[in-house]
Amino acid sequence: MTELLQDIGLSHGLAVFIAKAVGVMVVGAFGLLWTLLGIWIERKAAGRFQDRLGPNRVGPFGLIQSIADTVKILLKEDLMPQGADRWVFNLAPIVSVVSVMLIWAVVPFSGSWIGSDLNIGVLYLVAVGAFGTVAVLMAGWSSNNKYALLSAFRSVAQLVSYEVPMVLALLVPVLLSGSMSTQTIVEQQHIMYLLAVPLTVLIFLTSGQAETGRGPFDLLEAESEIVSGFHIEYSGMKFGMFYVAEFLHAFTIGVLTAILFMGGWRGPFAEDVPLLGFIYLMIKSMVAYMVLIWVRMTLPRLRIDQLLDFNWKFLVPLSLVNLLVVAFVWKILPDTDQINSFGDALVPTLVLLVVNIALIAGVGAILRERGRRERQRVEARLTAAESAAAGD
Amino acid sequence: MSLNEWIFIGLFFALSWILPATPIVLGKILAPRRPNPVKHQVYECGVETFGDTRVQFRAQYYIFALVFVLFDVELVFLFPWALAYNQLGLFALFEMTVFIFLLVVALVYTWRKGALTWA
Repeated sequence: MTELLQDIGLSHGLAVFIAKAVGVMVVGAFGLLWTLLGIWIERKAAGRFQDRLGPNRVGPFGLIQSIADTVKILLKEDLMPQGADRWVFNLAPIVSVVSVMLIWAVVPFSGSWIGSDLNIGVLYLVAVGAFGTVAVLMAGWSSNNKYALLSAFRSVAQLVSYEVPMVLALLVPVLLSGSMSTQTIVEQQHIMYLLAVPLTVLIFLTSGQAETGRGPFDLLEAESEIVSGFHIEYSGMKFGMFYVAEFLHAFTIGVLTAILFMGGWRGPFAEDVPLLGFIYLMIKSMVAYMVLIWVRMTLPRLRIDQLLDFNWKFLVPLSLVNLLVVAFVWKILPDTDQINSFGDALVPTLVLLVVNIALIAGVGAILRERGRRERQRVEARLTAAESAAAGD
Repeated sequence: MSLNEWIFIGLFFALSWILPATPIVLGKILAPRRPNPVKHQVYECGVETFGDTRVQFRAQYYIFALVFVLFDVELVFLFPWALAYNQLGLFALFEMTVFIFLLVVALVYTWRKGALTWA
């Protein structure tokens, strides 16, 4: 692309700039267009999980439902409540989309298709992802609505808490590949890290689910307690942007899982045909994303104390232990700094897998024991209450 | 090379503001606009709102934010360690274990103090 533009007679700097600008347009437009299709897929899957059909009226299989929704939402009157902070109120939906879109800048779509192969890619992911928390607080604070404000407080406590295990999980692929560049992490996965460190993937998916405010962690929009959450006062396209940001964020967690743990674009013949790599990446992302939808549709919502307890008293200590265990095993294994082929990766992967299974079994045993004791405690209290009631 | 990568990020940053702003502006143009005082009331389940919204809030949120800052600073130190881990000796592992242990002590302290219990 750059050479082509230079041939027309543009200077090198300008040619690079135009090539980058075109790349930006392609990635950005793809992100938003994918949302239209992705929301349909999610609603269809959600329908099946709940034993209903999902969208099936507009177009074949309800395929253009999202477009119909977009048109509808475009024609909604845009309202702003009294006493709202005008600037912050209007900026919040945009900021929430920006925070997610920026992540896509470092996604390696295939061996040669990457927006920007930053050498600090993973750190960039963390920094940009934290932007979303600001958007939620902006929306809640500026709405001049007590429910919105309550929701914003809750969600900031939640998003900020779950960021710790998420980043600790992100450290594992950085440690294994010895690089923070997303492209290098993909290239280093001669065997996908999912097979070497399944516990880390579980931690990442759990905290990722909480970061997107979905599934059992959707406290920020608990409609039975706080009406609808931080975006209650938004209508029309501003609400639409929050919706887009939520979907895109959830899907991005799937993409990140695919890149960091499932080998990204790698697959048969992906080195030679970039398009194939892109298709592999999308399939892997979809698999990870479907797991997230599955969890979301299956589990009931947690209370805020349970949510924070689960993070600080379980997930954070567990991810710290997990990181140290992986680091220890990685150090005692020979030649882990020179993994250049499938054969080199085989032994370390198997050893890490065995250690991980042992770790998961150990944690599972502790959890079962604690659960048994808790059940006994509750049952003892119930029987005590029953006998007290019978005695009266 | 590295600077070129940041050109992309800069352009992407600019575009990522324009992309969501466009439909919002489009909505402003296309949507009907018939304001009246009732529409602009705050929606709190149909109950009329009273008092100021931006009131004092629970200190508990603040404590969680403080614990988060503690861990976030720790994570920043962990990144260069993880990045250079393959080149470091076994000693680096022990050093980091001590470092993490110190933070776990802090976590246990806040836990025992009851700061992590939502009451």
